[in-house]
Amino acid sequence: MNAYLAYLVFPGFLFTAAAGMLASWIDRKLTARVQWRVGPPLLQPLYDFVKLLGKETIVPKGSSKITFLLAPVLGLVGVTFVSTMVWSAMLWPEGGFTGDLIVVLYFLMVPSLAVILGAFASKNRLASLGASREMKLMLADELPFLLAVLVVIIQSGGSLKLGQLMTYQQSYGMILGSVSGVLAVVVAVLTMQAKLTLVPFDIPEAETEIMGGVFVEYSGPPLAVFKLTRMMMLITMPAVLTLLFLGGVKFEGWHILWSLLKFFVLLLLITLIRNTSPRVRIDQAVRFFWGPVTVIGIVAVVLALLGF
Amino acid sequence: MGIKLKALTRSPWVYHLSTGSCNNCDIEILDCLTPRYDLERFGIVLVGSPRHADALLVTGNMTAKNIPRVKKVYEQMPKPGVVIAVGTCALGHGVFNGSYVMPHTVDEILPVDIYIPGCPMKPEAFIAGVAKLLAVLRQKA
Repeated sequence: MNAYLAYLVFPGFLFTAAAGMLASWIDRKLTARVQWRVGPPLLQPLYDFVKLLGKETIVPKGSSKITFLLAPVLGLVGVTFVSTMVWSAMLWPEGGFTGDLIVVLYFLMVPSLAVILGAFASKNRLASLGASREMKLMLADELPFLLAVLVVIIQSGGSLKLGQLMTYQQSYGMILGSVSGVLAVVVAVLTMQAKLTLVPFDIPEAETEIMGGVFVEYSGPPLAVFKLTRMMMLITMPAVLTLLFLGGVKFEGWHILWSLLKFFVLLLLITLIRNTSPRVRIDQAVRFFWGPVTVIGIVAVVLALLGF
Repeated sequence: MGIKLKALTRSPWVYHLSTGSCNNCDIEILDCLTPRYDLERFGIVLVGSPRHADALLVTGNMTAKNIPRVKKVYEQMPKPGVVIAVGTCALGHGVFNGSYVMPHTVDEILPVDIYIPGCPMKPEAFIAGVAKLLAVLRQKA
């Protein structure tokens, strides 16, 4: 019973959805302020979601119907699992099991996989183009991200448990405090942008060239679920990064503000990167991630092994 | 129907459809999204696919060649949705009245919910028109 509650209400689905909507609003409002606009009201993400739930669902002719409709749910399940495990590890570090870090890393890929599945199932050439780009982007950003995570594992003495990673950082200082840690955070922030498929790596969606790409055929509730997944990813990725590199959160006294500040800084970073850079081509993105970013990641791992 | 329409008035996503306009109205519509007018205050966003749209924004003359395509785009929009006709050309034919390549006006093909005149319409007129439409929809909900 408790486990169901954890997955469905707190810190699972409902909590992450609410937090994600708030994060999405902060993102849109900041974007508006950067562009010297007023921006949407606080409840805008909720309005969008409810409106999409009330719309008609159109399944394109010739598409594979079951995959098309199930793909959004798959993505939502993936992000809910990641969020629940990461938040549980942050709130109750003694819980969890050895190797839950690996499980989280796998589930982090599920939303992207769901997008690819749904796009290929929709029988639209723009969606297929977007899906193939999403796949390449996934291949590109996974390697540097894992290298960055490896730095954390090496520094904390080979631990694969999320709770232990956090307690290590809370007693010996956060990973960001070391040279290899700084390099790892740079790599992780860049790959986070790609995992969220935000500008400059919004190549799978590319509104101006392939009209929303992977989501082009989605309408109504399935689109609402995809949008919700994106909003939840927007708060879950900073949570993963906070846990791995910034020492997690602590809910006592002043630490509450400090913990919230970590999230806010990461969100601000995402928004500012997204507002100050143009979209790159897919070949440029792959070259960027497999070239300089991977090199930085390898340097960080070597430094971590040498004890810096 | 109530809550559906109510939520729709809070976040109408607009798909922009040109049926043979001179591009002037289209530029004025983009003007509405600039910092000076900022339509995102009302939750209005331009989307790239008719599948995501709640409002079909039609500009231009509706040339004969475009009629089947316009019908197709309207069918691709998930319901409930509204149609906004913008500019003198979309309302009547303006200076092109009587031309043999434009047998129909927009409202003979699509169920238009609101007409916004002007050649091109001013962004202020567009915002005022959309606000009126949203008020009517809110009353209906």
